[in-house]
Amino acid sequence: MSKKENTNILISGVGGQGVLLFSDLLSEIAMNEGLDVKKSEVHGMAQRGGSVTSHIRFGPKVYSPLIEEGTADFLVSFEKLEALRYLHFLSPKGVLLTDTMIVEPLPVIIGLVEMPKDIDERIKNRVKKSYIIEAFKKANELGNSRVQNMVMLGALSNFLDFTPDTYHGAIRKNVKEKFIDINIKAFETGVGLV
Amino acid sequence: MPKALLSGDEAIARGAYEAGCKVATAYPGTPSTEILENMTQYREIYSEWSTNEKVAFEVAMGACLAGARSLVAMKHVGLNVAADPLFSSAYIGVKGGFVIISADDPGLHSSQNEQDNRFYGLFAKIPVLCPSDSQESKDFVKLAFDISEQFDIPVIVRITTRIAHSKSVVNLEDRVEHPVKGYEKVKEKSILLPQYARLRHHSLEERLQKLAEYSVSTPINRFEPGKKTIGVIADGVAYQYAREIFPKASFLKLGMVHPFPKNLVASFGRQVKNLYVIEEVDPFLEMQIKALGLEVLGKDALPRVDELNPRIVQNALTEKKVEVKPESGVPARPPLLCPGCPHTGLFYALQRQNIIIGGDIGCYTLAALAPHNTMDTCICMGASITFAHGVEKALGDQDKRKKVAVIGDSTFFHMGIPGLVNVTYNQGHTVTIVVDNRTTGMTGHQDHPGTGKTLLGAETKALDIAQIAKACGIEKVYTVDPYKIKETKTLVRKVLAEEGPAVIISSRPCALKVGKNPPKKVLAEKCNGCKLCMNLGCTAIEIKDDKAVINDAFCVGCGMCVEVCAREAIV
Repeated sequence: MSKKENTNILISGVGGQGVLLFSDLLSEIAMNEGLDVKKSEVHGMAQRGGSVTSHIRFGPKVYSPLIEEGTADFLVSFEKLEALRYLHFLSPKGVLLTDTMIVEPLPVIIGLVEMPKDIDERIKNRVKKSYIIEAFKKANELGNSRVQNMVMLGALSNFLDFTPDTYHGAIRKNVKEKFIDINIKAFETGVGLV
Repeated sequence: MPKALLSGDEAIARGAYEAGCKVATAYPGTPSTEILENMTQYREIYSEWSTNEKVAFEVAMGACLAGARSLVAMKHVGLNVAADPLFSSAYIGVKGGFVIISADDPGLHSSQNEQDNRFYGLFAKIPVLCPSDSQESKDFVKLAFDISEQFDIPVIVRITTRIAHSKSVVNLEDRVEHPVKGYEKVKEKSILLPQYARLRHHSLEERLQKLAEYSVSTPINRFEPGKKTIGVIADGVAYQYAREIFPKASFLKLGMVHPFPKNLVASFGRQVKNLYVIEEVDPFLEMQIKALGLEVLGKDALPRVDELNPRIVQNALTEKKVEVKPESGVPARPPLLCPGCPHTGLFYALQRQNIIIGGDIGCYTLAALAPHNTMDTCICMGASITFAHGVEKALGDQDKRKKVAVIGDSTFFHMGIPGLVNVTYNQGHTVTIVVDNRTTGMTGHQDHPGTGKTLLGAETKALDIAQIAKACGIEKVYTVDPYKIKETKTLVRKVLAEEGPAVIISSRPCALKVGKNPPKKVLAEKCNGCKLCMNLGCTAIEIKDDKAVINDAFCVGCGMCVEVCAREAIV
């Protein structure tokens, strides 16, 4: 992550997984560090259990709110099939962080199409640096599957220049009082997964 | 100056607040919904969810004519609903500033079309501003109030999904109060009888002339110097994409696209060697640039369909083409009805019936997809009931299949009622099913006239759909709980067999609004893998090793699958 260039982070997942809170926190942190920030996502129909993405770009000056295919520094996916779907957004040096979790889409469940059997292999072939972590499982172990997003954020924080305090501060500011502790625990668990 | 990371929608609400806006109205619609949702934090502003966009427009216009700064927000197709008062409002003009937000959806992320509402400015003779990020969204709303009062005309601020739902850094300022001027009758202005309206048309043309001069001098239409080999004219988010691809070019950034700043464009066009116009969807600017006799490259290279992005601009207008291949064979993940969605029970009951079903706009439109396949159309708000009636009148005895309409509760209040009145009046026999989940679901749970709550959280009278249906002249009105699958199926089939017209209200609150019950379980020894339960299209049920399995993480314990299973294998 260089201070002179913009950083592009694409987040993907399934509607309802907490992608939006993740990207809100990260964008706010970047803004508080004095960087220009843009993030883009889509609400409405697309959210109802469909594939969702959030584009985050920060750096000295950001024009487009969208990340182009082949230019993402990081792809953070909350679900493995969604990682495969957006793999081509990664730049040749880009880093993939994905949950091991798989949620079968309806066309697969009702037998119209089959799941690809070689997801891990395809990831290895296409991405030089990939981390497949058990964020959902860890969140469940902490007692709340909804903090999966903070486990993922903790894992990603290993690659970014922001201090742990800035993340903790953003969590405290954006999360309801009674959920702060578990979110911070989830974040710290994520830090240890990479 | 304090800063905040705001979406375009949030920035518009903030802009209205800072500008001293007093009344704000809307009907929810992606990507505009969050404007009014965010307005409620500013208690100086009276905000309401109106019944539909036409109602919202006229309420805000009434407030404006009473001398209050007022704002109405809607998605692009909402402005079609409000087009009637839109045209009149240009003639009448304003007393307090009047701003109309049109949130367009290039790329159809959550819409039925990609119409380009910049044309409404040209058509209705109303100025149009197009911001390029959240800061401009806030600034342009404030400017729009000033322009509105200075030129005695409403002003459209047109955003797109990528402006509405992208967050960027915004500087926050204080609110400046604009006291409500008070109502005064000005019959020559506000009564559009032909003798007055003709004069107002003359006045409108004069106001537009002055606005055309303003458009040339306003700082939001600005020249950004660069190399003269390439000159780019762009507006909205397309400006940002163009900036990524042509960092060194000369730019004419247009913030006010109607009236079109002719002299400014002509002088810019003469200064550069190659002139490009980069805009989303239709060639709105391009048409007007070409009318000046300038040579310009735009839609001959750039697509008219779908939204743009920097890569599309790069591949269309530069030599450096880039193509990145996605992974093949990745199963699609379309949006779908949530586990426990009460609509599921109703659509299960409609499966494999020999009927014609007019659909409408809402979450339930997703029942058009497998495994339900229970919808023939999705046209626009309210068009289910009227479509079914038209089909019936055309076919008569030629096709005896029952004509059915399925419409949501919020959509029924929005535009369903006139259609239902029409069925009674014109002796129709259609069956109208109101899927009543007690909220506006698809846009994220907004209240409506049936919920008993206003946008500002006040308790209010909840309108009863069954009573409305009866008042519309429908004698056979039934209510059923769609979680009771067998009962729903029996009722639906009975009504389909009877002489119409009839109304069925499928009533049960949205599953996302109520808590989860403990998840259901499949008794593996009883399950024979018949897949009957898969017809619910519930993502919490999968087939593994020829047996149904329920995923605890998604199951909300609604119990519909328990009733569907013929072998009592789900408990």
